Amino acid sequence: MTIKIYIPRETTSASLGAELIARAIDTEAKYRNIDIEIVRNGSRGACWLEPLVEVDSAAGRVGYGAVSLEDVPDLFDADFINGGKHAKLLGDVEALPWFKNQERLTFARCGIIDATSVSAYESLGGFTGLKNALASDADGIIQEVLDSGLRGRGGAAFPTGIKWRTVADCDIEQKYIVCNADEGDSGTFSDRMIMEGDPLSLVEGMTIAGLAVGADTGYIYLRSEYPLTQTILNEAIAAATEAGYLGADIQGSGKNFTIEVFMGAGAYICGEETSLLESLEGKRGQIRFKPPLPAIKGLFGKPTVVNNVISLATVPVILEKGGKHYAEYGQGRSLGTMPLQLGGNIKQGGLVEKAFGLTLRQLIEDFGAGTATGRPLRAVQVGGPLGAYFPDELLDTQLDYEEFAKAGGMLGHGGVVVFDDSVDMAKQARFSMEFCAVESCGKCTPCRIGSVRGMEVIDRIVAAENEADRESQHIVLKDLCETMESASLCAMGGLTPIPVMSAVKHFAADFNKGELQ
Amino acid sequence: MQQLAGPIKYQEWNLDTAQMSVQEFRDRTGGVMLALHKLQQIFGYVDDSAMPMLGKVFNLSRAEIHGVKSFYHDFKSSKAGKYTLKVCQAEACQAMGSEKLTADIKAFLKVDFHETTDSGDFTLEPVYCLGNCACSPNIMIDNETYGRVSIEGFKTLAHALSKEAV
Repeated sequence: MTIKIYIPRETTSASLGAELIARAIDTEAKYRNIDIEIVRNGSRGACWLEPLVEVDSAAGRVGYGAVSLEDVPDLFDADFINGGKHAKLLGDVEALPWFKNQERLTFARCGIIDATSVSAYESLGGFTGLKNALASDADGIIQEVLDSGLRGRGGAAFPTGIKWRTVADCDIEQKYIVCNADEGDSGTFSDRMIMEGDPLSLVEGMTIAGLAVGADTGYIYLRSEYPLTQTILNEAIAAATEAGYLGADIQGSGKNFTIEVFMGAGAYICGEETSLLESLEGKRGQIRFKPPLPAIKGLFGKPTVVNNVISLATVPVILEKGGKHYAEYGQGRSLGTMPLQLGGNIKQGGLVEKAFGLTLRQLIEDFGAGTATGRPLRAVQVGGPLGAYFPDELLDTQLDYEEFAKAGGMLGHGGVVVFDDSVDMAKQARFSMEFCAVESCGKCTPCRIGSVRGMEVIDRIVAAENEADRESQHIVLKDLCETMESASLCAMGGLTPIPVMSAVKHFAADFNKGELQ
Repeated sequence: MQQLAGPIKYQEWNLDTAQMSVQEFRDRTGGVMLALHKLQQIFGYVDDSAMPMLGKVFNLSRAEIHGVKSFYHDFKSSKAGKYTLKVCQAEACQAMGSEKLTADIKAFLKVDFHETTDSGDFTLEPVYCLGNCACSPNIMIDNETYGRVSIEGFKTLAHALSKEAV
């Protein structure tokens, strides 16, 4: 009997040697005359267990992790193909508390199946949402998305249904669906993980969006740092087209929809939607004035839905199980689930999908098991390079859009980066300004010049010889941040003051050390 | 670590080849970006002599083409080393000692950012996030990401890659 062995084909496990492990397992099995089939799934999101090798044994699907190349002969000796005992044996990985305590809707299939197999995707509910959408009409689809309470997962948290309604109401023939896959925020990888682990959910979500607003053309704007993702996405698009879920006359409905993957070229600002559209038009990725909103005048001046990967990949489950089902998760105005990404100095990092309302401390302690170095936690940055640094006292803040805003932060794209007590927060504040200076598109002055001035002022604060001097520089920094916040054209310059001022507020002592540590 | 496929083979710059290879993008969405990617892929950089040629193909001025090319970090103006080595400088990697790793790599290779080693093997570049933040610090060599990189691991890898590059 052929035994199925799952070895992830995605960036995290590849970065830890999964390709060589896959080859070694294949070679070893041939040498030992054992009949195996290697299935290349995505990651389940437990990066701390990658490369996670799973076996469909008589005892059910059992996992071994984190597997290294040296483990391979040992695993065969331990009869791992029948779930044999080994130091790396994890048993049923879904029974591990790390997985059992999650609530997976968007990532329900991720890491379980061969990522680009249409039949495997269908076997776990895939394309049911699209079939329901085809049986409904545009209003019906948009109503489900409105009922779900889904808000843009890219960071701005704008209600997805309202954006779709705006585009649908435009009486213009050519419209576009653009997926923002320029996941540039440090500490975030959920977009990559779903595109590599369950890309058909994005394909399905974009197709449903096309049906809802009357668009027949979709683009995925993918950052160039994700070359493997590009390959997997293109395979998924080809497979969906082959199966009649994409292209002309989808499932005999007479509706058409195509998707093209478009590569960025290493510019953080292209994650800003108007800059992304400029880039997609083949221009410099400089941001546009808003209004007009892209929903009214977007790509080539036509009505365009610009949605984040996770927003679009969540649409299939909403259409499959109903908007109301999705809205049963979460709380207040933050409904549904949020894929949170635990990274940086963390013992058990990875992707945790959970209904809104979990506290930051629960996430870091219960799922993350504390810092990787074992030293005390000092700061947590949530929401990417434009998100606030929280001290330990704020860790009981609930992961919820409104609760985070109240605490002076933002949830953004759900990235959570943990730092231990060796961090110098004045240096982190300076880095925020430096990053803004490197990545600013240069269109508006507060962002372009303000970020450079910001670095200089922080240097002067740190080097100040007396308290009065330091105080006067702090006034300059505060004033500069206020200008950037209120006068920048987009979120890059507008939000850079958030990490800077949060560092000043919560970690003031770090600015008095005489030099950066 | 991963597969050691050796360096990407780039062609010597040739304007005729360049011109032929970008024709297919003339009427495509974002054609200029597609063309620049293509040239970068074939030659490893985009020579200045491509500016007027691309201008003609896309009916734009040379300045407009240069404007696009120079906006993006990925498009290079001159030949890089056999391998492009990117070391992540963003927050999640900082939290796991990327600053020290970067300094150690610079010292080991005897180059600063945007420079190529004397051997011609590596061009060092900064990068801000490779999307592998639970396995920091990360580096990328050509199209492959390596996670939880230590300086010792890097030295072993660099030696192996240099051998492949001969």
